[in-house]
Amino acid sequence: MTTKIVIGLDGTETGERAIAFAKDLAERIGACELLAVYVIEWSPFTFQTPEENALRHKRREEEVELATTRVVTPAVDALKAAGFQAQGIVRHGDVAETLNAITIENGGSQIVVGRSSADGFKKRLFGSSTQNLVMHADVPVTVVN
Amino acid sequence: MNIQNKLGLAALATLFAAPAAAQEAVGLDDKINQAFADFTGPFVSFIFAPFPGTGFPWIVGWLVIAATVFTLYFAFVQLRFFSHAISLVKGDYSDPNDAGEVSHFQALATALSGTVGLGNIAGVAVAVGIGGPGATFWMIVAGLLGMASKFTECTLGVKYRNEYDDGTVSGGPMYYMSKGFNELGLPGGKILAVLFSIFCILGALGGGNMFQANQAHQQIAGITGDYPGWITGIVFAIIVFLVIVGGLKSIARVTEKVVPFMGVLYVAAALVIILMNADQIGWAFGQIFAGAFTGLGVAGGMVGALIQGFRRAAFSNEAGVGSAAIAHSAVRTKEPITEGFVSLLEPFIDTVVICTMTALVIIITQQLIVDPETGKYMLNEAGNAIATVDGNSGVSLTSAAFGSAFSWFPYVLAIAVVLFAFSTMISWSYYGLKAWTYLFGEGHVKELVFKIIFCIFVVIGAAANLGPVIDFSDAAIFAMAVVNVFALYFLMKVVRQELVSYAERLKSGEIRKFEH
Repeated sequence: MTTKIVIGLDGTETGERAIAFAKDLAERIGACELLAVYVIEWSPFTFQTPEENALRHKRREEEVELATTRVVTPAVDALKAAGFQAQGIVRHGDVAETLNAITIENGGSQIVVGRSSADGFKKRLFGSSTQNLVMHADVPVTVVN
Repeated sequence: MNIQNKLGLAALATLFAAPAAAQEAVGLDDKINQAFADFTGPFVSFIFAPFPGTGFPWIVGWLVIAATVFTLYFAFVQLRFFSHAISLVKGDYSDPNDAGEVSHFQALATALSGTVGLGNIAGVAVAVGIGGPGATFWMIVAGLLGMASKFTECTLGVKYRNEYDDGTVSGGPMYYMSKGFNELGLPGGKILAVLFSIFCILGALGGGNMFQANQAHQQIAGITGDYPGWITGIVFAIIVFLVIVGGLKSIARVTEKVVPFMGVLYVAAALVIILMNADQIGWAFGQIFAGAFTGLGVAGGMVGALIQGFRRAAFSNEAGVGSAAIAHSAVRTKEPITEGFVSLLEPFIDTVVICTMTALVIIITQQLIVDPETGKYMLNEAGNAIATVDGNSGVSLTSAAFGSAFSWFPYVLAIAVVLFAFSTMISWSYYGLKAWTYLFGEGHVKELVFKIIFCIFVVIGAAANLGPVIDFSDAAIFAMAVVNVFALYFLMKVVRQELVSYAERLKSGEIRKFEH
């Protein structure tokens, strides 16, 4: 049976470190599939103007396109070039909740993420996405420093 | 015309004409005002005309009858699907793969920010001040019935909207009138759509803009002391310009976040005041029920209470006007009727909850003077409203009621009124724009023309007391309802088909909740 490892990407260098760690892990495990996931932070409970609502679908398509071409596709291509079985997923939502949900949907056995790059007031108030993921995920989580 | 308004108009004139011509422009404005009043007077009188032999405006009857018809036609959809509507707003039925699209919650919040405002604060005070506590009962009844009107128009708004290749959407009554009538093989849809669009543009510039700017200025001037309205107008116009023309979303975002916060703070403060006077809650409801059927001595008796309650509810929640159908149409859903369910929460929150809170606070803090001997309300000197503790009416009555419990609350209320006015203006700028593009076509230059006109009207609205124009604009908003409700009667069978189909699939389990 193929083991699935989910890699949480955020388009920064920490995501690269997570990929490197996941590759190393996959080599050790053997039959392994890597899921490169980029979650676009989004909440259905925010307040928007009517015009923002009217443009929302267009913006969403643009956001997905950007995340796919800039972050996920290059990562998946690089993984495949290195001989790994890999696929990419882009989705909107709460980062921690969505990463966990995608992992469960796809039968992933663990999640690898880079240490959060969030800082300042928001992090103190709400905790970072990484902290939330570690606290609430249904599978083991590895946080790469 | 008072000195302030003369100053405002003079300043306004200098913006558009040579300073030397300013004085002449003031005179010209007076003339334009008069000519405008003469020209629009018959239309305004027609819209707000009472039924013969009563003081009941027929337009209010038109909206209440429509709401009753829709309530019966859809077999009390507002009660049967109330909890389902809440589940939809919570996102229980939202496919995680559609995350990132406009959610039901966002559409509801956006539509609410366009309706929650002066109607909930000033309008209710007027209703209770004239119609007595009993007006609250009829206001709640009208709010509950209005939920069915919103359900009907918002379902159609999503069903018949236009989706363009670039992913943007345009929807609203003008689209369901033309496309819906065409689909049913009915003539005249296009004519109704054009009529609706004209009234919508006028309503957006008037009730959705000038009236708001005017009231916002009154509030600010009330705190800082009197100063020329054009100053407020220019500042507001610049901010509105930055948001709707400059695309400066940050200001709109701040407002969109602060307005709900203000709404919650308002309701929370009202609840605290009500709980502080918990022993009087039973008495207050007693007054509301007794007043609803006897009038308790108010001008016009029970009918007076009923007229005020119905009228203010209709003014506040805009059910049947068609504006909400524009706001709700942006939701991307496979089932248009789900947006109808969500929208029926709007009159509930706006009228049944927020308006009732305002009314209860005014009643419970005993702002209305009761004759100790008869137990009935005393009328003011003019005999057209109930006497109040400090002779207050409108916003100042609400302000005094809240201020009697929290001395600082009038300041918060003033800020809330200004913010509510601003968010209502942003919402209506969009409604007006959609009507404008329906008439003249989409395009950057055409849209820019409307947006600039909108900003100019902000200054005019704040600077001048253009009574006839504001009367006309209010009449235009209700004229939207005349055209919209007429179309809804023809299209309601489409909504019923959707409702029957959806209810069956919900029952069979074909439509189910998603795991989140």
